[in-house]
Amino acid sequence: MTGTITFRRKAVDRAMKWVFYLCAFLVVLPLFLIFFDLVIKGAKELRWSLLIDLPRPVGEPGGGIANGILGTVVITLLTMTWSVPVAIMSGIYLAEYGRGKFASAVRFAVDTLTGVPSIIMGIFAYVLLVVPMKRFSAWAGAAALSMIFIPVVVRTTEDMLRTVPTTVREAALALGITRWKATLRITVRTAWPGILTGILLAMSRIIGETAPLLFTALGNQFWQSHLDQPMAAVPLQVFTYAISPYEDWHDKAWAGALVLITMVLLINIAARVLTREKR
Amino acid sequence: MAARSGKITKDFVFEKASAFFASVVLFLAVLLFAVLLRESIPALRKFGASFLVTGTWDPVLERFGALPFLFGTLVSSFLALLIAVPLSVGAAIFINEFAPPWLKAPVSLLAELLAAIPSVIYGLWGIFVLVPILRDGLMKPLTKYLGWIPLFKGPVYGPSMLAAGVLLAIMIIPFILSVSREVLATIPQRQKEAVLSLGGTRWEMIRIVIGQHCIPGIFGATVLGLGRALGETMAVTMVIGNRPEIFASLFQQGYSMAAVIANEFAEAGGLQLSSLVLIGLLLMLLTLVVNFAAKGMLSKMVARASRGI
Repeated sequence: MTGTITFRRKAVDRAMKWVFYLCAFLVVLPLFLIFFDLVIKGAKELRWSLLIDLPRPVGEPGGGIANGILGTVVITLLTMTWSVPVAIMSGIYLAEYGRGKFASAVRFAVDTLTGVPSIIMGIFAYVLLVVPMKRFSAWAGAAALSMIFIPVVVRTTEDMLRTVPTTVREAALALGITRWKATLRITVRTAWPGILTGILLAMSRIIGETAPLLFTALGNQFWQSHLDQPMAAVPLQVFTYAISPYEDWHDKAWAGALVLITMVLLINIAARVLTREKR
Repeated sequence: MAARSGKITKDFVFEKASAFFASVVLFLAVLLFAVLLRESIPALRKFGASFLVTGTWDPVLERFGALPFLFGTLVSSFLALLIAVPLSVGAAIFINEFAPPWLKAPVSLLAELLAAIPSVIYGLWGIFVLVPILRDGLMKPLTKYLGWIPLFKGPVYGPSMLAAGVLLAIMIIPFILSVSREVLATIPQRQKEAVLSLGGTRWEMIRIVIGQHCIPGIFGATVLGLGRALGETMAVTMVIGNRPEIFASLFQQGYSMAAVIANEFAEAGGLQLSSLVLIGLLLMLLTLVVNFAAKGMLSKMVARASRGI
């Protein structure tokens, strides 16, 4: 009797082990499939002209997404220009001074904003900028992306500053420098690799964001250097090409996606390498 | 004395400057709510609570209701959980309990990369790879043999509630996986050893210890995944079919709250715009409630783990 029970228990044990192996396999499988398809299908249209030419109408061979690449770079840099200072200073406030009701309110606001779906940020920028300006613009796109960027970086900055031991702050103050100098030159500098990683991860996230740009930056067929005009972006081009009914645009969507994932992963991996080296 | 008061002033200025930037963040959050609320007032006035239970979406007659979108968002998200939770928990158990140590880092890195892929790329892959696979490999055979079950009723188009659910599952797996791994890591080693020393097999150890310890944490991870799935826009828009109707069949097209905003917002005006903002407001509140619930559950679990219970 005991013999059979043991056999049954062993069999169940072995079967469950294979179930767990299967789960792990199924979890990583889509990643390989996605990368495989991206490389195979994206490489078909991946030529030099993709990176330096403007989009062309359906049926015309060639053409590229160069304006989208430039637009993505411009909108991302625009977003970061004002978001990085706001986020880092807020993070410093929360970590170094933040006590009491005001600080809890700010923390609650940051938590709230982090969880808001990104498309909602598009509505926000639309109402505040597109409606009064009476046109879609790079400004509005950057404003929507800031709402995603800022809370993420505030949170990582606060967390990273909190990992700096109090003794470091005390040592700096004991040497007679003022608190603000100690904060900027000692505490922030010590935590800087972690903060920079947070900034880069947030950056890699907003580069790929599409939904908040749909009705803010809108997209553009041409070069656009004016920030108060609609501007192209790679994710928007991928979306437009993907849902179009034309075969040659589908190929462009894959090539655009390959360009986009390369940008995103390069920054993402740079962020990870950075922390690994410093730790 | 003058020098000293100068120093105090600079410290004071720096503190107030940082407080000012923090108040900007607070202001933005308040402004976000205010803007959404103000813009949705016309729709709220016109439709009131009936907005939630009305199934019509007719821009010509200006009759708007959120029900098909609410239905699509909830069904696709729960479908995603149904697929993602068992797989993620299973994979987390594999990584923490079975995988050789050298395999742990690459597998978690892969899962993190999965989380870094932009959702428009998931959507693209969904349209051209996942939907054809599901249509020919799963939906067509199921409709043929089990089509009498309302859930599997044809006709099969491809873009569908099922496609949205599967794609969402792939997208939320990394989050549920990483939280599940943290939850599993809180199990005290001595408890595992206790079960093994009594002659339990590895599976019995997992079943008993996880059953006792990790159910609340895994539930928290699930709710966190739900929060992610509810607000997902691009991928869902690209594979759900974008049809504002309610069907019992998973193979039929649907629509989601985020998708209708993405598709119609740029060209909407008047009452339609207001209704879309109201859908956005509802979506945001739904996501926030779910996120804070998840956070509450997980922090409770972490507190318990740190007390060693």
